[in-house]
Amino acid sequence: MIRFDAVSKNYPNGTTAVDELSLELAEGGITVLVGPSGCGKTTTLRMINRMVEPTAGTVSLRGRDIREVNAPELRRGIGYVIQHAGLFPHRTVLDNIATVPMLLGWNKKKARTRAAELLELVGLPAEMAKRYPNQLSGGQQQRVGVARALCADPPVLLMDEPFSAVDPIVRAELQAEFIRLQKELHKTIVFVTHDIDEAIKLGDNIAVFRTGGKLAQFDTPERLLAHPADDFVADFVGQDRGIRRLSFVNAAELPLRDGPVLPATAPVAQARAADEPWVLVVDEGRRPLGWASVAELADGGTLADASLTPLGHTFSLVGDSARAALDSALLSPARLAVGVDAEGAVVGVADACELSAGTTAVQAAAGEQASTEAESASSESRATVGKTSADTPGGGDR
Amino acid sequence: MNDDEPLIRWQWIADHTAELADYTGIHLRLGLLPVLFGLIISVPLGILCHRWRWLYPPVLTVSNIMYSVPSLALFMIFVRYTGLTEQTVMIPLTLYTLSVLVPNVVDGLASVPEPVRLAATAMGFGAVRRVIQVELPIAVPVVIAGVRVAAVSSISLVAVGQLIGQGGLGYYITRGLQLDFPTPILTAIVLIMLLALATDALLVLAQRLLTPWSRNKVTSA
Repeated sequence: MIRFDAVSKNYPNGTTAVDELSLELAEGGITVLVGPSGCGKTTTLRMINRMVEPTAGTVSLRGRDIREVNAPELRRGIGYVIQHAGLFPHRTVLDNIATVPMLLGWNKKKARTRAAELLELVGLPAEMAKRYPNQLSGGQQQRVGVARALCADPPVLLMDEPFSAVDPIVRAELQAEFIRLQKELHKTIVFVTHDIDEAIKLGDNIAVFRTGGKLAQFDTPERLLAHPADDFVADFVGQDRGIRRLSFVNAAELPLRDGPVLPATAPVAQARAADEPWVLVVDEGRRPLGWASVAELADGGTLADASLTPLGHTFSLVGDSARAALDSALLSPARLAVGVDAEGAVVGVADACELSAGTTAVQAAAGEQASTEAESASSESRATVGKTSADTPGGGDR
Repeated sequence: MNDDEPLIRWQWIADHTAELADYTGIHLRLGLLPVLFGLIISVPLGILCHRWRWLYPPVLTVSNIMYSVPSLALFMIFVRYTGLTEQTVMIPLTLYTLSVLVPNVVDGLASVPEPVRLAATAMGFGAVRRVIQVELPIAVPVVIAGVRVAAVSSISLVAVGQLIGQGGLGYYITRGLQLDFPTPILTAIVLIMLLALATDALLVLAQRLLTPWSRNKVTSA
C-alpha cells in the first residue's frame, strides 16, 4: 500500500531527520509512528503526501512512485489531520469540511451535501454547520478536522498528533470515536504520536522510531509489549508493559468462579453459612449492589438491611479487557473482581492471582497462534520491515 | 481679519451648496483613488515580500523614504511630467499609502496561523490558490486596519494639492485666506473631517461584512 524504500531525509545543515527507512504499511489498517521528539516520525508522515521530499530512496503509494504525481493532486487523494485542526477560520464548518471536494471541482451543492453527511458521521449536530471554527471547542474543532480529511473519501488518511492538544477526557472520547469510525471505514491510516499508550490503543501496527530517524522496531502492539527489540524500545514502551499487555486479552476468556453471591432477600444466616469474609449482594436481576462484610452483619434479618461497601467497579465480559478485570480485583474491598454480562448481571468473580494465571494461559495460546499466522501470511500484503519478516522479534532493529 | 466678519456666514454656505457638493466629490476622488491604487500595488508587493522575506526590508525602506519626502516637493517633481492635473496629486498620494499598506499586507499574511497554512497545503491547494482563497481572506482584518489609516491620511493630504490647483476642498481654504474670509475655510475643514470620519466608518462596516468569522469569539459547549 504505502512503501518506503531506503528513504532518507537529510537537511543542508547536516541533520538527518530520517535515516534509510524501509517500511511497508498494510492496506486498511492503522499504522502508528511513535517515538521521542526529533525522531523523524512527522517527517516520515509528510513524505507520504510530498510535503517533505526525501533526499534519497522512494516512497510509493499502491505501487506507484509518488513523485510521478503532481503534489497538490496527490494530496487531494490523501486525507490529512493535524494537531491544532488547522481549520480555515474564514470558512464555516460546512465549507471547511467541503474543502477537498471543492478543490476537486465538485459542484457546491453536492460538496455541501456530502459535508453535511460527514458532520453527522463525526458526531456533530447539524446546527454547527453554519458556525465558524472560533465558535467551537477544541474537541469539536478536531472532529471537524477529521470530517474535512474524510470528505472526499480518500483511501489513505495521515494523522499528525491529532488528539494531543485536547484535554485527557476529550482525548479519550475522540480516540473511542476514531476506533468506531475506522471499523466502519477501513481506511489505510498512518498516525503519528509521541504517546506510546495512544499508539498501543489505536495501532494495528506500530513503528517505533529512535532519535536520528532510525526505525527501532515495527510490530503489532502485542508483540511490541511482549518482545521489545532492544533496551531503547523496552524503555520507551515503559516499565508497566506487563500490565499494558493485559489490554489485549479479552475479559471473556478469563476463568471465573461462582463466589459468594447472595440476593438482597437472603437471610443473614445464609451469608454466615457461606464461610467467606465478604459476600456480594445482588438484586433480583443479579445486578451487584455492593459487598457486605460478614463479620459486621447484625444477627437476624436479611442482607437488604446491611450497610454495603461500594464495589469499586465491575468489569464487563463483553468489551472489557483483562486489564479492567485486574483493576476491578485490586479496587474491590473483597479483593475479588466482579464480572458482569451485557445486562449488568453478575457472571462470576476472580481474585488477582486467578486473573493473572488465566491471562498468562490466554497469552501463551495467542502467542503460538500469532507466530503461526505470521509465518503463513508472510507472502501476503502483510506489514514487513525492510527485508526482515515482521514475525521476527527485533526485525526492525538496525 | 476684519473684526466685523463673523466666523461663519450661514448664508454663504446656503448659496454655495451645489459648488460645495462638486468639490466634495472631487476631494473624495482625489483622496480615495490613491488608496485603491495603493492597494492594487501593495497586495501583490506584500505577497512577494511575504514569500521572499529578503525582499521586504528594501521595499519597506524605499516606501518609507518616499513617505518622508514632503508632499509639496513631490507635487513639484511630478508637475514636470504630468502638469497641473489630478494625476500630479494622486501619484504622490498613492506612493504615500504604500508605507502603510505594504507592511499591513505582509503582517496580515503573517497572521495566518501556521497550522492553517499547513492544512491548506496538505488538502491540496496549489501555492497561488492557497494565497487567494486562504491566506488573503484571513489577512483582511489587518489589511483593512491599514486601509483605514491610509484613507484618512490621504483625504486630509488632498488639500495640499491646492498648491498646484488640484486640492478638492482645499480650494476653499486658499480662497478664504486670500479673501480674508473665514467661512469657506471652516466649511472646508469640517467637510474634510466629515469625509474622513465617514470613510473610516464605512471601512469598519466593510470589514464587519467581509469578515463575519472574526467576530463572535464564543466558545460554546
